[in-house]
Amino acid sequence: MNTVHAFVNAFPFMASHLHLLLQQTVLFLEIIGTAIGIAWIVACPLGMALGHWHRGNFVGINLANIARALPTPAIIALLLVFVGIGFTNITIALVVAGIPPILISAYVGIDQIDPDVVESAKGMGLSESQVLLRIETPLATPLLFGGLRTAIVLIVGTAPLAALVGGQGLGVIIVNQPSYGLDGVVAATLWVAALAVGGDMAVGVIERFLTPTVLRRARLSAREEVRIGKNLAEIPLRP
Amino acid sequence: MAYTSPDPGGPVIPNFQVTSRCASQNKLFCWDWFAKNWHSVFVPALLQHIELMFIAVAVGFALCLGAAVITYRRRGWDVPFTALGGFFYAIPAIAAFEILVPVTGLGTLTVEIVLVSYTLLVLYRSILTGLRGVDPEVLESARGMGLTRAQLLFKVELPLAMPSIIAGLRVATVLTVSLATIAAYVIPAGLGDPIFFAMGNGDFNTELVAAGVLVVLLALAMDRVFVVAQHLCVPWSVSGRGSVPRAVRLRQRLAQRQASG
Repeated sequence: MNTVHAFVNAFPFMASHLHLLLQQTVLFLEIIGTAIGIAWIVACPLGMALGHWHRGNFVGINLANIARALPTPAIIALLLVFVGIGFTNITIALVVAGIPPILISAYVGIDQIDPDVVESAKGMGLSESQVLLRIETPLATPLLFGGLRTAIVLIVGTAPLAALVGGQGLGVIIVNQPSYGLDGVVAATLWVAALAVGGDMAVGVIERFLTPTVLRRARLSAREEVRIGKNLAEIPLRP
Repeated sequence: MAYTSPDPGGPVIPNFQVTSRCASQNKLFCWDWFAKNWHSVFVPALLQHIELMFIAVAVGFALCLGAAVITYRRRGWDVPFTALGGFFYAIPAIAAFEILVPVTGLGTLTVEIVLVSYTLLVLYRSILTGLRGVDPEVLESARGMGLTRAQLLFKVELPLAMPSIIAGLRVATVLTVSLATIAAYVIPAGLGDPIFFAMGNGDFNTELVAAGVLVVLLALAMDRVFVVAQHLCVPWSVSGRGSVPRAVRLRQRLAQRQASG
């Protein structure tokens, strides 16, 4: 019964604590923005380079697969020992969580491009960097954005853990049930879920604008998805 | 609990009884403390962690297998199942535990419900993708050989979906190992318990490192288990795209193109 009431009362809570929620949302966005930014700058160029040279399978992708298996709560606990509590701790943990989906999608996106297309581009006299930037990057747009969207959902869902190690953000309300009550917990939870969905959709809109027209309607068949492991690269792993 | 320190000058670490100088100074890692508490703290926590993980993945797999087979036969069910899985997936785990406690109490049931609900999306999608990826020509010839629907499912479709199913199990298991750490927020079980205990007692480094490393090792070990399982159960998937040299692939493609005019 309490839980049902909490879902009903979460909305009056949002109205009466709007200032608190907005304040924590700003801090929350600061954490996830930093983490996604760093993860993207590290992983996307690396994944694209490995995909361009078709030699990611052994080092890059295996490392990314191992990183994907790393449990974020354990990483946070280990970082407590080395960097203590606070912003740095949670940011490193979230970057570690965000890198694998971006790296794997960028690699798969570039690597799976029809070799004939790349060959003909080279035959037309395009240099390596022109091939990468003008041919491969536009063709890989759906997967490049797919990885980013996965990382956003994953990082937003994980970031409330920050509150356990002295970080700020909406997690502070979630772990403070004694202060804010179950109503507050549900309100902050709905807020986090909305941010995850909203962030995903916002990037989806940008993706629509940047995707070349010919690729917009193209959907991979199920067989193709299995072959490139897309459905698994796409699912965020998260606590 | 009585606390007696042989080193009264060091920082106070309650609840750890008589400690060595290393532990009372909270050095990075103290082997002596770890060795002394291995049997009483870490072995039970590790076993509980594995138990939580195993039950959650088994229950989640059973539910998703049913759901995926239903959707495979009748397309209309895809949207509700995906929406349900996605809904559970969007809730942060700590919040899910807190919200469920008033309903199911402070117990293993609460933890397992949350853990199972997080495996659903991954397992459902991977099983369904595996089933949908089966070559229609293979299904046609199996039907031509007179297989019934049940035989088709168990002897053709599920075995051919194995690579995707095992990949999904791998992701779901690793995810559950991670989430089970947070279960200690609700019940004193699993490797999260020593982590939360150490955090509540002045960040006791040895215990944080030991429990954290054990969770990481467990996750990596489970990851490996499924990689090996994949190689053993589905040998044909190993000789897939990854191991075919690029030159051979290009030549095959060229040959196909020439053959088709």
